[in-house]
Amino acid sequence: MANLTMIQAITEALDIALERDENTLIFGEDVGVNGGVFRATDGLQAKYGEDRVFDTPLAESGIGGLAIGLALEKFRPIPEIQFFGFVFEVMDSIVVQMARMRYRLGGTREMPITIRSPFGGGVHTPELHADSLESLIAHSPGIRVVIPSNPYDAKGLLLSSIESNDPVVFLEHMKLYRSFREEVPEGYYTVPLDKAGISHEGNDVTIVTYGYMVREALKAAETLKGQGVSVEVIDLRTVSPIDIDTIVASVEKTGRLVVVQEAQRQAGVGATVMAEIAERAILNLKAPIGRVAAPDTVYPFGLAENDWLPNEEDIVNKVLEVMNFD
Amino acid sequence: MTRRKKNNPLDFEAQLKSVDANFPFVQVMDETGKIVNEDLVPELSDEQLVELFSDMLWSRALNDRSTTLARQGRLGFFAPTAGQEASQLASHFAFEKEDVLLPGYRDIPQLIKHGLPVSKAFLWSRGHIEGTKYPEDFHAIPPQIIIGAQYVQAAGVGLGLKKRGKQNVAFTYTGDGGSSQGDFYEGINFAGAFKANVVFYIQNNGYAISTPRDKQTAATTLAQKAVAAGIPGIQVDGMDPLAVYAVSKAARDWALAGNGPVVIETITSRFGPHSLSGDDPKRYRTQASFEEWDKKDPLIRFRNYLTEKGLWDEEKEVALMEKIDGELQEAVKEADKAPKQKISEFLEVMFEEPTNTIKEQLAEYKAKEGQ
Repeated sequence: MANLTMIQAITEALDIALERDENTLIFGEDVGVNGGVFRATDGLQAKYGEDRVFDTPLAESGIGGLAIGLALEKFRPIPEIQFFGFVFEVMDSIVVQMARMRYRLGGTREMPITIRSPFGGGVHTPELHADSLESLIAHSPGIRVVIPSNPYDAKGLLLSSIESNDPVVFLEHMKLYRSFREEVPEGYYTVPLDKAGISHEGNDVTIVTYGYMVREALKAAETLKGQGVSVEVIDLRTVSPIDIDTIVASVEKTGRLVVVQEAQRQAGVGATVMAEIAERAILNLKAPIGRVAAPDTVYPFGLAENDWLPNEEDIVNKVLEVMNFD
Repeated sequence: MTRRKKNNPLDFEAQLKSVDANFPFVQVMDETGKIVNEDLVPELSDEQLVELFSDMLWSRALNDRSTTLARQGRLGFFAPTAGQEASQLASHFAFEKEDVLLPGYRDIPQLIKHGLPVSKAFLWSRGHIEGTKYPEDFHAIPPQIIIGAQYVQAAGVGLGLKKRGKQNVAFTYTGDGGSSQGDFYEGINFAGAFKANVVFYIQNNGYAISTPRDKQTAATTLAQKAVAAGIPGIQVDGMDPLAVYAVSKAARDWALAGNGPVVIETITSRFGPHSLSGDDPKRYRTQASFEEWDKKDPLIRFRNYLTEKGLWDEEKEVALMEKIDGELQEAVKEADKAPKQKISEFLEVMFEEPTNTIKEQLAEYKAKEGQ
C-alpha cells in the first residue's frame, strides 16, 4: 500500500495498463515529455517510448479520429483531452463515431477507447476548463461515463475502463487531483464499471452523487450525524449507465432521497436518478426527492465560482428539508 | 536601395502565383482517348485494362439500376455516381485487398469492389443492419455520413498500419465540399505529422449539393491544401482513368515507403443529382455545364482507347452488360431475403455485454417481438 493522491493513482493505473498490454497507447496534447499539464502521464514516455506515449498536434477532433483509426487496427487507445471543456471540438468523434461503431457494424468491430479528461470547478481556471459536461455524453448511447471520487477508485476504475472493449469517457475532477491522499494498493486491481459504491452507510436518507460532490456529501453526512440524522452516501462512480439497483435498495431502506450534482440543474444525471426512483420506488418515499445542483447559468466567472458551486451547507440544508417534510 | 520585385517577401501576389504554379492538372489521355502524356502511361496489362474498364461499366450499370430502384422506392438513400467512374474505380484499382478503405456515402462502388456484396450495399441503402455487418477480413468501414470525419479516422488507421509494420495504406474519399471541413485539415495534418500510411482523395465534382466549388475556398486548386500540412498534393483529371490510376499508384508507393500521406484532387463531375432524395440539379447547374461534362465522360474516352488497341468491341460490351444486369437482379433478390429487423438485436450490439439498463429494455423488446 502507498499513500497516494488521485493523480498519482491515475499515473499508476496508466503505467500498469502500458505494462500489461502492448496494444495500449497514450496520446494527446503535451502528454509526452511534459507528462500532461497535470502530470498524469509523468515519466511514461521515458519508460515506454515515443511509440506508445506521444504528443499530438493541437486539435481535439484529430485526437478522437486518431483513436478511432487506431482502435480499428486493434490498438487500445487512451487519448487525453486536455480539459473537458474542449470536448465540443471532438463531440463527433466521441458520440457520433466511436460510440456508434459497434452498433453501426452490427457488433463486428470494437472501440476499446478510454478518453481521459480533467474537469470540475473550484480551482480558478479560465473559461471552459471547469464545466461539468458529463450529461452531454451520458445522453449518448453506446458509451460509458465514469467519474471517480477518490484515489482508490480512480486507479481501479481506470484499469476497468481501459480493459473494456467499449468506449469510456473517464472524467477526473481537478479539485480531487491533489486535495487528499489515500491508501492505494500497489499493482493491479480493478473496481467494476456500472456499479455504484456506498461511501457512507446510514438509515435515514440517501444521498446520490458523484465526483467531487462525494467529498461535500461526506462532510455533510458528518455534520448531520451531529444533528441525529443518519445519512447514506452513494457514489455513482459510473454515471452512465446508472446502477439503479444499488440506489433503489438504499431508498427502500431509508425512504428519503437527495441527489447532488455539481452540474447545472437542467437535464442532469441527478434528474435521471430522480426519474428512476420516481418510477421504481415512489411508494417507499416518505418525502419528495430533494435536489442540489448548480443554477442554470453558464459556468460562472472565476471570482463568483465559490458562490455558484453547490457545497456542504447546501447539502445539509436540503437533507434537513427532506427530513422535516410532513 | 531598391529590391527586385521577385525577391520581395511582401509581394503577396507573387507568393500566390508560385503556389498555384506547383499544382498542374495531370492528364494521360484526352477526351477522345488519345494519349497526351506517354511518360505517365501506367504499366497495366491488357487484361488489367479490360478489367478496369469492365469495373467502370459495371459502376455505371449499378448507378442506373440503383436510380431505378430508388425511384421505385426499393432503395433508401442513394447518391448517384455516374460521371465519377474514373475517379472512383481507377483510384480503387491501385489498392490492395488489405488496404483499408474509409469511404464517403457516394463511394459505394469502391466498397463493393473492395469486397462488399452488392446485396449488402443495397441493404445499407435501405437501412438494414445486415448491410454493415462487415466480416473481420473486410478492410473497410461503412460509408461515412458526417462529411470529413473519415479523414481524421484515416489518419489513425494509417498510423496503426505503420505501427504494425504492415505494407498497407488507408485510403479515404471526400468531396470538394468536404475539403472545407475542419476534419479535412486535421486529418491531413495529423497524418503528415505522423507520416502515416494514407492516401486522401478529394473528388471534386464541382458541387457540394448545390454550392459550387468556387464558393468553397479562395484556393486555386484543392490539391494545394496539402502544402500547409507539409505533404504532397496533386490535381488529376478525374475523368481520365489512366491518369487517376497512375497518380494513385505513385501516391500509394510514396506512403508505403514511409514518406507519409498524399492528397489527390480528382477533377470530375456527377452527371446526376446529389441524391435521389429530392435534389434537382437544374436549380444550380446550367444545361451547358451538363453538356460540357458529358463530352468528358470517362467511359467514352476509355472505350475509344481500348477499341483502338483492339481490346474492346461492341459484342464484348453487350455480353458484359447482360452479365452485369443478371448479377444486379440477383443482388436485389438476395437483399429482399433479409429478415425483418428487431430492436432487440440493436440493443444487443450497443455494448459487448448488455448493461443492466439495456438488459431491462432487451427483456421488454423481446417480449414485444414474441421471443
